[in-house]
Amino acid sequence: MTAGLDVGTPQAQSITRDEDVVRVRQLVRTVAVAIKLSLVDQTKLVTAASELARNTLVYGGGGDVLVSVVDNGRRRGVRIVFADQGPGIADLDLALTDGYTTGGGLGLGLSGARRLVDEFDIVTAAGEGTRITVTKWSR
Amino acid sequence: MALSADESARLANLLGQYGDQIVKRWTDNVSSSLAGRLSTAELSRQIQELHTSLRAALDQRAVGLFDEVAVELRAVLSELSRARARQGFTATETAISVFALKDALLEHIDVSGAGPEVMRDYVAFTGLIDEMGLLTFETYANAREELVADQAEQLLELSTPVVKIWEGVVAVPLVGTLDSARAQVVMERLLQTLVDTGSPYAIIDITGVPAVDTQVAQHVLKTVVAARLMGADCIISGIRPQIAQTIVSLGIEFGDIVTKASLADALRHALRLQGIETARRTGRREA
Repeated sequence: MTAGLDVGTPQAQSITRDEDVVRVRQLVRTVAVAIKLSLVDQTKLVTAASELARNTLVYGGGGDVLVSVVDNGRRRGVRIVFADQGPGIADLDLALTDGYTTGGGLGLGLSGARRLVDEFDIVTAAGEGTRITVTKWSR
Repeated sequence: MALSADESARLANLLGQYGDQIVKRWTDNVSSSLAGRLSTAELSRQIQELHTSLRAALDQRAVGLFDEVAVELRAVLSELSRARARQGFTATETAISVFALKDALLEHIDVSGAGPEVMRDYVAFTGLIDEMGLLTFETYANAREELVADQAEQLLELSTPVVKIWEGVVAVPLVGTLDSARAQVVMERLLQTLVDTGSPYAIIDITGVPAVDTQVAQHVLKTVVAARLMGADCIISGIRPQIAQTIVSLGIEFGDIVTKASLADALRHALRLQGIETARRTGRREA
C-alpha cells in the first residue's frame, strides 16, 4: 500500500496554532507544484491537507506534519504524515461517516480528505493519539 | 537589588559631579550607533532626560530599577524604547542607548590600580544599567507586538470590502484565507450593507480563495443563511473547475444556493431575477 522510496529531504511543520494550518497548506502546495501535480490534484491535496491539519489542531490538540516526495519507479507523489498525541479516535468507522462531527463542523473533513487522496492510512486508538498518512500520485 | 545604599549615593555623586561630560560622551556613543537616523537635538534631549531621572532616582537612594522611587526613571525608559520601536530602530540600537552609559561612566572611574571597592562599585553600577537595558528591551518587544497586532487588524479591515455593483446587488470579493475571524467580519459587513443599501441580492465571490475546505464552506453557508433570514438572496461565484471537483469529492452540499463560475454570470443572474434584461443595442453602432 505504501510502496515507494522517499526522495529528497522531508519537510516538517509543527501545528500549534491556527496560522500553522495555513503554513501546512503553503508547504504542501509548494511541494505539489514542484513535482508537477495537475492543478486539480494540487487543489485536492492542499484541501485534504487543510482538513487533516485542522483536525490535528482541533481534535488532536496540535501535532506535527511531515511532507515528503515519494517515487514508486513509475510515478512521483507527495506523502504527508499528520501525527498527534491527542485522545485518539475511539470509533473509527463512526468518525469516517459523512456528516458525523463532535466539534460543530460539517463532519466531512476526515471522510472527505480520504476521497481527495489516492492512499489514506490511519493508525489510532483511544488515548494513543492519531497518525494519518496520505499520498497523492502524479498522473 | 543592584546597588547598596552607599553605592547608590556614590553613583549619584559621580553623575552629579561629571554630569555634563557624561551626558556628552553618552550622547556621542549613542549617536554613532544610530548613524544619523535621529536628530542630534532629539537625542540630546532624550539622554539628558534619562540622566536627570536616573540622578533623581539615585538621589532618593534607589537601590534598584524596580524601587518605588525609580518610577519616573522607568517611565522615561519605557517612553524611549516605545519611540524607538515606532521609528523602526532595531532592538540592539534601542538597548545601546542605555548601555552606552557604561563607557561614559568608565571614563570617570579610575579602574587601573584601584582597590576592590572601586571595582565593586563599577560592577554594581553596571548591574543597574543592565536592569535598565533589559527593561528597554522588554518594552521594545511589547511595543512591536502591539504594532503587529494593530496591523493584523487593519489588514482584516482592508481585505474585506463589500461593494454595491448594481442597484439592489452587492458583492463581497473574498481574497486569501478565510478563517473564523475574517468570516465574522465578512458576515457583519455584508449584513450591514444589505440593510444600508436595501439590496435583495448579494454575491459572494470566492475567486481569490485558494482552497475551499469544509471550514471555508461552512463559513460561506452560514453567511448565506444569515442573509436569507434578512430576506436577501445569495449567489456564490468564482467556482473554478478545480474547486468544483474538490467540493464534490469532499461531499459539501450547497443545496439550493445558486452558484456560478464567474462574477459576471452571477451579476447577470441577479439582474434577470430583478427583471432586468441586458441586450446589445441594435442598429447604428456607437463609435
